[in-house]
Amino acid sequence: MLSLLRKIVSVGRVAEPAPPRPEPAAADPAQRIRTLRGSAQVRCVDAGSCNGCEIEIGQAFGPVYDAERYGARIVASPRHADVLLVTGPVTRNMAEPLRRTYQAAAQPRVVVAVGDCAIDCGEFAGAYGVEGAVADVVPVDLAVPGCPPAPDQIVAALRRVTGR
Amino acid sequence: MSVNLPGTALAVAAGLSAGAAAAALCAPDRIRVRLVGTLSALLGAAGAVAGGAALAGHTYAARLPDLFALSGVTLQVDALSGVFLAIAGAVVSATSIYGIGYASGPGRGRWAQALWPLFAFSLLLVPAAGSVSTLLVAWELMALCSLLLVVSGDPASGRVREAGVWYAVMTHLGLVAILTGLLWLGAAAHTETFAGLRIAAAGISPAVRGGVFVLLLIGFGSKAGMAPLHAWLPRAHPEAPSPVSALMSAAMVNLGIYGLVRFGLDLMGAGSRWWWLTTMTLGALSAVYGIVQAAVANDLKRLLAYSTVENLGLVLVGVGAAGVFQDSGHPALAVLALAAALLHTAAHAAFKTVLFLGAGSVLHATGTRDLDELGGLRTRMPVTTGVFALGALGAAALPGGAAFPSEWLLLQSLIHGLAVPGTLVVVVLPVTVGAIALSAGLAVATFVKALGTGFLAKARSRAAEQAHEARGSMRTGMGLAAAACAALAVLPGAAGPALARATACAVPGGGPRVSAGVARQLTALGSTLWPLMLVAVTLGALVLLRAGLALVSRRAGQRATAPLWDCGAPPLTARMEYTATSFAEPLQRVFDDVLAPESDLDVTPHAESAYLVERIAYSRAVPDRVEHRLYNPVVHTVRRAGLAARALADGSVHRYLGYGFGSVVILLLVLAAAR
Amino acid sequence: MSAPVLVSLAQVLLVLLGAPLLVGAMRRLRARMEGRTGGGVLQPWRDLLKLLRKAPLHPQGTGAAFRFAPLLGVACSGVAAAAIPLLSTRTGLGAGADLIAVVALLTLATAALALAGLDTATAFGGMGASREMTITALAEPAVLTAVCALAAKVGSTNLPAIVAATLSHGARPASPANLLAAVALAVVVLAETGRLPVDNPSTHLELTMVHEAMVLEYSGPDLAMVELGAAMRLTVLLGLWSALFAPWGITTTADPARLLLGLAAFAGKTLLLGCLIAAGEVFMAKVRLFRVPELLAGSFLLAVLAVSASFFLA
Repeated sequence: MLSLLRKIVSVGRVAEPAPPRPEPAAADPAQRIRTLRGSAQVRCVDAGSCNGCEIEIGQAFGPVYDAERYGARIVASPRHADVLLVTGPVTRNMAEPLRRTYQAAAQPRVVVAVGDCAIDCGEFAGAYGVEGAVADVVPVDLAVPGCPPAPDQIVAALRRVTGR
Repeated sequence: MSVNLPGTALAVAAGLSAGAAAAALCAPDRIRVRLVGTLSALLGAAGAVAGGAALAGHTYAARLPDLFALSGVTLQVDALSGVFLAIAGAVVSATSIYGIGYASGPGRGRWAQALWPLFAFSLLLVPAAGSVSTLLVAWELMALCSLLLVVSGDPASGRVREAGVWYAVMTHLGLVAILTGLLWLGAAAHTETFAGLRIAAAGISPAVRGGVFVLLLIGFGSKAGMAPLHAWLPRAHPEAPSPVSALMSAAMVNLGIYGLVRFGLDLMGAGSRWWWLTTMTLGALSAVYGIVQAAVANDLKRLLAYSTVENLGLVLVGVGAAGVFQDSGHPALAVLALAAALLHTAAHAAFKTVLFLGAGSVLHATGTRDLDELGGLRTRMPVTTGVFALGALGAAALPGGAAFPSEWLLLQSLIHGLAVPGTLVVVVLPVTVGAIALSAGLAVATFVKALGTGFLAKARSRAAEQAHEARGSMRTGMGLAAAACAALAVLPGAAGPALARATACAVPGGGPRVSAGVARQLTALGSTLWPLMLVAVTLGALVLLRAGLALVSRRAGQRATAPLWDCGAPPLTARMEYTATSFAEPLQRVFDDVLAPESDLDVTPHAESAYLVERIAYSRAVPDRVEHRLYNPVVHTVRRAGLAARALADGSVHRYLGYGFGSVVILLLVLAAAR
Repeated sequence: MSAPVLVSLAQVLLVLLGAPLLVGAMRRLRARMEGRTGGGVLQPWRDLLKLLRKAPLHPQGTGAAFRFAPLLGVACSGVAAAAIPLLSTRTGLGAGADLIAVVALLTLATAALALAGLDTATAFGGMGASREMTITALAEPAVLTAVCALAAKVGSTNLPAIVAATLSHGARPASPANLLAAVALAVVVLAETGRLPVDNPSTHLELTMVHEAMVLEYSGPDLAMVELGAAMRLTVLLGLWSALFAPWGITTTADPARLLLGLAAFAGKTLLLGCLIAAGEVFMAKVRLFRVPELLAGSFLLAVLAVSASFFLA
């Protein structure tokens, strides 16, 4: 326990200094849906991803990028969530669960498609198990391109939702 | 000459009882059930009036020498009897009204109906008895009627028959203990009336009084479901028809407490400290054992029966504490503890009536009392669910529940027990406090389980899906009991003066000084009305919050309906719900060593390969461990002895004559030696 | 309105407004110790206000228990806040400010939420309810017994009386009975508020959840009430613990200046306790569910010892 304490003291804060707030755009959820300003609970939905995006999302909420300081927090139930972070091309088996997850979240809700696969099926376009991009299944409010997108891009997208 | 209210009311009750029994046997089928139910309800009301009058300070004593051969009947009603008369009367009223709707279905014969008013009257007669012989006659009448009513449920069912045998044997062993004890006491005191015993008891040697008390503790304790003599209770109560279960659990078991208080505290003047420490310890044991068993039971009525064991255990703790305090010269504390015990008796009667009647409605509507097959009843049986919730709140002893003030008072009396010196007391009191606390915590879990898995959520079986609301008279009966529950929960202080009068009967040497002391202690509970205030403030805060929420959240009025969150993979079926068994599983694991559950896993492999499983059968049962460890060896020994004794009876008349001759000779020798 | 009623109202407002800040501060401290920055002290309030603005949902097949449990949770914590002498011993509930009653009220809130969890008929709801009730059933005895240890010395379970008695005898908090009861109650406070090592308040894994699993089905304003109720419960229990074992700063009057002092003392003590819990959680892992009863049994044993001590050493 003492060694842990020493480590806490010696390492100190590892979070990088906050980059400047992304330029507000008219399409930002923060501008359209003022309800979510300052606080957004996030539920991740893996609709068929290779898990690359998941690793990056994990980093976004980790100590270095620390998305929590902008008011975003991961929750366990879509009922608690305002934001769905959807990754991967939507496979046939995950289309219905994704739809139901979207319905389970209370209004207002924001869908963020994370990664190229989520935006246009990427590498997996036309594969027999793929139903389509996320936008084909649920309405998408914000897209984060990249394969996988860097954590700071994901954080920037979340900041567009919380407006902080 | 003015009319004596308790006496008149008892006479009316006797008349109504005879009338109702006659009506059950003779009235035409069309009106029979309704007539008997109404007359029995009036009988109960008369009993409640007698009890109420006694609690208000009227007393009654009478001797009817011609009524019964040899001994006659002696009656005596004081405030202590009044408590039990009032409780029994009120319970009889509610259950009789309920019984009208319950019995209208098939399966209730004339004889069972004729027994009902007799049983009800015997419940009034026991606390009104004024002599040993009257008490014993009333006691046996009560035992016989209840036994026949238990087996009236479904005589063909093996479980009912088994329950009947257990009940018959144990209640009669209890009777033997009481009979021996009281005869011993009567012989030592040379009198059999209570008034005479009260005077003579002081002159009897402590050893005799101790022996008598042990016998009475066994007899009355087994009636009150005191562990380890409770074994009949969780068998008989579930198998009896529900109004009978309610009457047994809410009114009959109380009379065991009455016997202990009447003889131990009142007539024998508190005796020695070890009597009451024993009572307290056994009470604490019953409370914990009862509620642990209830927590893992998934038969709704078995759960309630074990809860009776728990609550009567708490009452025994109160009675025992009263004895300890009385013995160590703290009459004010004794009064407080006894008042807590009596108040808890009343509270238990109220909520247990509600719960058993509610369970009866469920059984009536679905045909099952297995909690694992119930659920979802709140939509189809809203009234039953509502009253059951009120009863469950009472049983869980949470604020707003009937048992909260009484358990609070019980803890108060124990906390003040600090003033009592003695090493044993210092050991027993903290452990008892811990036992009460443990049973209170487990009671919450138990009744969340009963209500949550039985009535809320989704139906787990077709029977529960097709449940129907209870009939009008059943709802009325449950409603009356629920009203009593609510009244005891918020206005326990109203019972203060009556309790003070009742406790003054049993804790002598008090007089006005003690009464003032009680009044002061009870004010904390009573005149400031804080339980009512607590409930009112909480409800007020609730209403305020709801209004505030409607203001803040503009769209609160229009709720959009959404399907349940099924993790995206429908359908969410009732099979995925937590059942009562799974709900209680963690608790069962915690109390593994106490409960010793038996589980059985039976894997049937496929015919072609031992590696392929065709069927897995899993069964789990939580038997009563006391029964297994304590009773079964005795039963086996008796059975073995019986089988061995068979060799003595080989059918030869000569041998039998020889036995007879031998016995007479031995008897004569004994008599000669005794002279 | 009389002064005690005003004191009670002030306490309720204080707990209502301050509880989310306490949670925010605890999260902030934990974030800093983990090398993060965290969401800021005001974040829980932002979350609550946002939830209140969201659309309310009615999950299919749920009933009154589900609808009213969150409100009852807040109401019970609120009444407890009014009863416990957090600022002054002159609270407005009179004899209702009873230690046993306060404990029972908080248990009532837990039981209501467990019923709500069962009412959803989902597997997680039942699982959370079962676990929460198991923990409560074993925590309650420890609380009640510890309560009796404290009350036995004062001869009353009235909270203002107990606190006033402790205040007037400076040495009392250090008696063996008090120390044992303090440890017993501390364990129970952790269990009842769903903190480590009993429950992990920030878990996302349903199978490890206790409290969170019960409330998975709540959303919007209902969820706001659940979270507010949980935060108030934490504050109230910490306040209760400090009132019983560290009552310094609590005034026995209703004098405004002293009340302000009491307010500062309350804020300081609660924040300190909260930060201790948060810091402790960094070093601790959640224990297995079936080890929790052992922890609580230990606490129960300590409480029984406390009662014995108060009897023996009276």
